[in-house]
Amino acid sequence: MIRDRVVPPLVALAAFLAGWQLLVFVGNYPPFILPGPLVVGERFVVAWTDGTMAPHVVTTLAEIGCGFVGGALAGMLTGYVLARSRLANRVLSPYLVAGSAVPILALAPLIALWFGSGLFAHSVIVALIVFFPVAVSTWVAVHGVDRRLLEMARSYRVTRGQRLRMVELPAALPGILGGLRIGVTLAVVGAIIAEWTGGETGLGVLINLARGSLFDIPLLFAALLTIALIGVALYSLVVLVERRYAIPAV
Amino acid sequence: MTAEPGRALREPGPATGDGSVPAIFLDGVRFGFHVDGRQTEVIGGLDLEIAPRSIVAFVGPNGCGKSTLLRVIAGLLPARAGTVEVEGRPVTGPDARVGLVFQEPRLLPWRSAFANVAFPLEVAGRDREARERRVTDLLGLVGLRDWSRARPAELSGGMRQRVAIARALALEPAVLLLDEPFSALDSLTRERFNVELLRLWERIGATIVLVTHSIAEAVFLADRVVVLSPRPAQLVADLVVDLPRPRRPGDLDAAAVTRTAAEIRAHLEGATDDAFAVAAGDVPAHAQPDQAIP
Ligand SMILES: Nc1ncnc2c1ncn2[C@@H]1O[C@H](COP(=O)(O)OP(=O)(O)O)[C@@H](O)[C@H]1O
Ligand SMILES: [Mg+2]
Repeated sequence: MIRDRVVPPLVALAAFLAGWQLLVFVGNYPPFILPGPLVVGERFVVAWTDGTMAPHVVTTLAEIGCGFVGGALAGMLTGYVLARSRLANRVLSPYLVAGSAVPILALAPLIALWFGSGLFAHSVIVALIVFFPVAVSTWVAVHGVDRRLLEMARSYRVTRGQRLRMVELPAALPGILGGLRIGVTLAVVGAIIAEWTGGETGLGVLINLARGSLFDIPLLFAALLTIALIGVALYSLVVLVERRYAIPAV
Repeated sequence: MTAEPGRALREPGPATGDGSVPAIFLDGVRFGFHVDGRQTEVIGGLDLEIAPRSIVAFVGPNGCGKSTLLRVIAGLLPARAGTVEVEGRPVTGPDARVGLVFQEPRLLPWRSAFANVAFPLEVAGRDREARERRVTDLLGLVGLRDWSRARPAELSGGMRQRVAIARALALEPAVLLLDEPFSALDSLTRERFNVELLRLWERIGATIVLVTHSIAEAVFLADRVVVLSPRPAQLVADLVVDLPRPRRPGDLDAAAVTRTAAEIRAHLEGATDDAFAVAAGDVPAHAQPDQAIP
């Protein structure tokens, strides 16, 4: 039933907004400490209609797009090699574990130092944060491909490329998509962190401006709302792809 | 058929009375696995000749090396010593002349029945039109034409195994190897599948080697029953099943069936590694339910 799927989330959203408004009302917080949902909503609409928001969103989306694609491709490649080459596994896996433990917050200023603060530098930071979960999930997924299916494929003399395309990728797809699902939300985080290290536009830059020179806290909340919406939209996109292509094993 | 020099010197096997090139020829075949740096011996020197278009059943105790032997014949595992030939030419790797049906269907779960049967044809680079024609034929052959769009998860166990057989036949192999093909099915379905298998065999004209734990099944299907010893697998007996074809479950000469079955059982008792089965004077327990089929 569509009503069962739509109504409960709407009720929850209404309750959340009401609670928020109530908190502001009871605490009597001024808008520059905690603006209420109505104030934020109004600022959100104004920022989108007067052209404040759009250029920042475009920049952030570009960084997320480039960084996610680059990081995901590199992650899948690395994960595949780790799963299929014993030598690569022995040599590389310690670095993968170590690398995923290093907080991106610490790396971001270094990358800004090396590559500046343009689209490329920011995409590198996004790519880095996407890389690790995708690499690890691909590794696990490819490693877990049913050996009996691989033997079946071998009995028909598959080439390496055919094995990858016709057996390993489809079999590992659910696991890889799980990594992409984590990666895509991290990509949003990565883009904001990247923009904090410097840059002309971007939602991270807008947050800094709203908190600093503009001192427009409702605008800061409107930027946060935009970021959250981007995250939800991208996540849903991956889930959609998952529904369409990933068929779970019997 | 090419007549190689030296071929004429070979003694024809029991069913190769006419001296034609055997479909399968094993000469001193040995095989073992490396386990923890040590060599195990799984197949211990096997000689065998199987005539074209015959059906041969391998029986032997659990873990004696039957599945391994099929893999060696299919070229999935390299013999450590000896010769493996199919239609007079050596097997050096996975081989298109051999179709292997594993004990489980091993279908790709994300592909439809149709696309699973098409898999070997895609791998071999056949064009779409040729693939569609061949797959449609094959699905008709195994009675699944109406199920071509179904995913493996939507098929019954028996249907999946039939898809696997159709897939193994896709490249028109001269030899079809079946590893306990119907062992997961209930005994009634299994009986029906055996009849279907014989019909299929009459239409495709391939040589069939099947591994089975059921003596009844072996007698009903095969021209010859090869009894193997416990690991390392060696030939214990090579028995001719002298029953007329076409065979139907009802009209086999009961006395001949019983005699052949008793003979196989006697050899298996000598070969079994299962103390209880020996004590009970019977074949391993898992072969019992359908002994009374023919
Ligand atoms: N990949 C493998 N590595 C090591 N030993 C194996 C492997 N596959 C099978 N074996 C061993 O080889 C023997 C024969 O196995 P198998 O051919 O499967 O027996 P069967 O099919 O007759 O029951 C068994 O003892 C088994 O443990
Ligand atoms: Mg076996």
